Amino acid sequence: MSLFKFADIRRGKDSSDRVGLFMLISYIILFLLFLVLPLGALISKSLQNKDGEFIGLTNYNLYLQEPALFQSLYNSLFVAICSTVIVVVLAFLFSYALTRTCMPFKGFFKLVALIPLLSPSILAAIALVYWFGNQGVLKEVLLGKSIYGPIGIIMASVYWTFPHALIILTTSLSLSDSRLYEAADVLKTSKLRAFFTITIPGARYGIISTAFVIFTQVFTDFGVPKVIGGNYNVLATDIYKEVVGMQNFQMGAVISMVLLVPAMIAFFIDRYSRKKQISLLTARSVVFKPKKHFKVDMIMLGFCSALALIIILMIGMAQFGAIVKYWPYNLNFTLKNYDFQVAGLGWDSFYNSVELSFYTAIFGTIIIFVGSYLIEKLRINEGYRNTVQFFALMPMAVPGLVLGLAYIFFFNAKDNPLNFIYATMIILVVNTIVHFYTVSHLTAITALKQMDKEFESVSLSLKIPIYKMFWRVTLPVCLPPIFDVSIYLFVNAMTTVSGVIFLYSYDTTLASVSAIHLDEQGEVAKAAAMAMLIVYVSVAVRLTHTIITKKVLRKTQAWRYNILDTK
Amino acid sequence: MQNNNTYLEVKDLSKSFGNFEAIKNIDINIQEGEFVCFLGPSGCGKTTLLRCIAGLETQSTGSVIQKNINISNEPPSNRDFGIVFQSYALFPNLSVFSNISYGLINNKWKKADIKKRVDELLSLVNLTEHALKYPSQLSGGEQQRVALARALATSPGLLLLDEPLSALDAKVRVFLRKQIRDLQRKLGVTTIMVTHDQEEAQTMADRIFVMKDGEIIQSGTPSEIYTKANSPFIASFIGSMNFIPAIINSSNKVKCNQIEINCDIGNFKANDSVQLAIRPEDIQFKQSNQDDNMIPGTIKEVEFLGSFQRVYFEVRNFTDELIIVDVPSSTARKIELDINKELNLYFSKEDARIYST
Repeated sequence: MSLFKFADIRRGKDSSDRVGLFMLISYIILFLLFLVLPLGALISKSLQNKDGEFIGLTNYNLYLQEPALFQSLYNSLFVAICSTVIVVVLAFLFSYALTRTCMPFKGFFKLVALIPLLSPSILAAIALVYWFGNQGVLKEVLLGKSIYGPIGIIMASVYWTFPHALIILTTSLSLSDSRLYEAADVLKTSKLRAFFTITIPGARYGIISTAFVIFTQVFTDFGVPKVIGGNYNVLATDIYKEVVGMQNFQMGAVISMVLLVPAMIAFFIDRYSRKKQISLLTARSVVFKPKKHFKVDMIMLGFCSALALIIILMIGMAQFGAIVKYWPYNLNFTLKNYDFQVAGLGWDSFYNSVELSFYTAIFGTIIIFVGSYLIEKLRINEGYRNTVQFFALMPMAVPGLVLGLAYIFFFNAKDNPLNFIYATMIILVVNTIVHFYTVSHLTAITALKQMDKEFESVSLSLKIPIYKMFWRVTLPVCLPPIFDVSIYLFVNAMTTVSGVIFLYSYDTTLASVSAIHLDEQGEVAKAAAMAMLIVYVSVAVRLTHTIITKKVLRKTQAWRYNILDTK
Repeated sequence: MQNNNTYLEVKDLSKSFGNFEAIKNIDINIQEGEFVCFLGPSGCGKTTLLRCIAGLETQSTGSVIQKNINISNEPPSNRDFGIVFQSYALFPNLSVFSNISYGLINNKWKKADIKKRVDELLSLVNLTEHALKYPSQLSGGEQQRVALARALATSPGLLLLDEPLSALDAKVRVFLRKQIRDLQRKLGVTTIMVTHDQEEAQTMADRIFVMKDGEIIQSGTPSEIYTKANSPFIASFIGSMNFIPAIINSSNKVKCNQIEINCDIGNFKANDSVQLAIRPEDIQFKQSNQDDNMIPGTIKEVEFLGSFQRVYFEVRNFTDELIIVDVPSSTARKIELDINKELNLYFSKEDARIYST
């Protein structure tokens, strides 16, 4: 009898299975603690009165009766939709030029287009103040309209979301079967008709996906409307005002829910359309190679040059503003703006940001990669694995501001044993990792999917524990995507505002938050200087990353280079 | 069935994925040193059966006994086998040498011994000069030989081959077939190969288990399976076959349309609907025995297939389908196979078999 029992417990499991099970459960607990329960706290807060008593939907009723707050919802939708339309059109044309024409200087344009990724979203807003603000160079262009308001928000949003749209659309447009175009050509189809019957349908899921991603980014962004919104209120700034200004946490929670719902819907539509996209290209397709077409190439060159010029002028103006003595009266160069001299908002906050980014990159990469490995390669407990996968995708649907607020409610509660992490660097790191979890997770999953699914079986047959094979094969093979994930986390931790605006303390102010507060205090030049500091670090880290990647990869990826040598 | 030399026994093994029964009540016995094949079309459950034997899948019911030890509930790492996959599954970042020594290092071998063993294996699969290359620098056939060496490195008692040749070119496949077979004989390792290629199974295996819809429908030596296929499915899956609708008439003869055929009717009774089956290579243009069957044919089409020619005959009052006859090219050169030429076709009583419809 006892023998039978023993066999039952051991059924189909070995030590690596047990470790895997333990780790899966740990991930579930971590996600519950740092994602699900905080969101639960947020929801329950929205159903309580100031004394913490349950009052049902009363707060929501109050919200609906407040026309000013309702106006913000309308404003948020308005700027988000306008920005989305503009970004999708511009980014589509730009990525079309990059993937489907023989326009010269593609490498240069690609590089310039990605510049906005290196800066916090507020940098664009600050630059716009210099260009079109009350003392702006091009103030007259706006014909008496103020840059502080929807115009400024839309312009700045278009600037900082452009590269995100470009990345999705470029991928989508480069997945195209050149045989389709050849078939169209043979059937004497005009170029224009081919564009509308092949190109657009082929890219439609990419376009839909882009639209929803950009919509969510603008809809939930806090930094830009804070700096350049003026009196034009949007949901994100309302939450901030309710929470920080009026200490009305319940209403902050209600507005967060209003912010969360469209973001969730957008997320699910995006996921759906991405799944559709994958099936379009088969293994038999032949990748499209553009042909020279002088007129089209030149038109695209003009268009891309114009956009590139705008991007350079934006970041250039921010840099210029940071180093002149007194805009616009004294344009002599100085470095005094970098000597912030404002308590709690100076270099300390910059160092904090670097520290945060460093920890986020290191711990985030390890946690995310191991997590995606468990999901992709374990052969036990499908239910647990699906749960972790679901949790891993969730953060993308949760706006940073909402997550930050949820963290306050959950971790600031006196009876929470994790209360000690409140107002520390730890909570900032955890929040940032969770906030940027999904994209990194998907990158890691894609990389793991490309590995032969029988590696684990082979290892088992050779009596090699899975962790050894993870160390010896999986990790070295996946180094390039692991580096990509770490750099993504680092740069985002440097530039994020919305996730951390509620969570920093006096000792843990961050550069991006400082820039907002400096701007709030009228220190626009110092705000620009602070924003530019973030850019410098991002650029420096990117460059180092490129160099290290090349060196390390030459060592660990020798087998890749050998492919090129022999074939 | 229990035999002293039984190496592996599978007893009443079933495996379901949700509602889908991938394999049903499988019973097999494999002798020590035997080379067996699980043969069947895709989706017949042959790979699932192999993975259950390896422990990579857990069976729903039933047991696997290796060398008289019940290993049904053991994880793969506690079982004694080496495995080779269709995709090779070579570690791309490790050299050929490191791939082969991968399993040895863990077993705490000394460096010099590992080197010796790997060299031995490399020469066994004729890859000595490629030791320091990466898998991507090798051809598909070479990569599969590395995978084979890796699987054999720890001298497992059982070698599992999961469609090992399916990803390779026809020429390489034929070459490797022989190499694997020779190697297996030399080492005497009990081997199970999964394949959907009947020619592969026929040329390599000592014994074939033909599978369909999760069940073993026939087992036997390659020639038994070929000559005594127990169902039309196997008869047409292994080699090609002419099927002619027929009926057993009152005088217990097989009648195809208007023509009566002389053959053994086994257990069939009068008025049973059956199909007559004749292999294309068993039909001759000359009579060799008194009681050979004869049907008059007209050539409708000729296909040149290298060593033989496939000729399609119309046989009136016999069947509406064309009858296929494979003629060795040497014979074909002597007879002129022109379209519409009329020829008498002969086949012996023994070469004609009947199956139920």
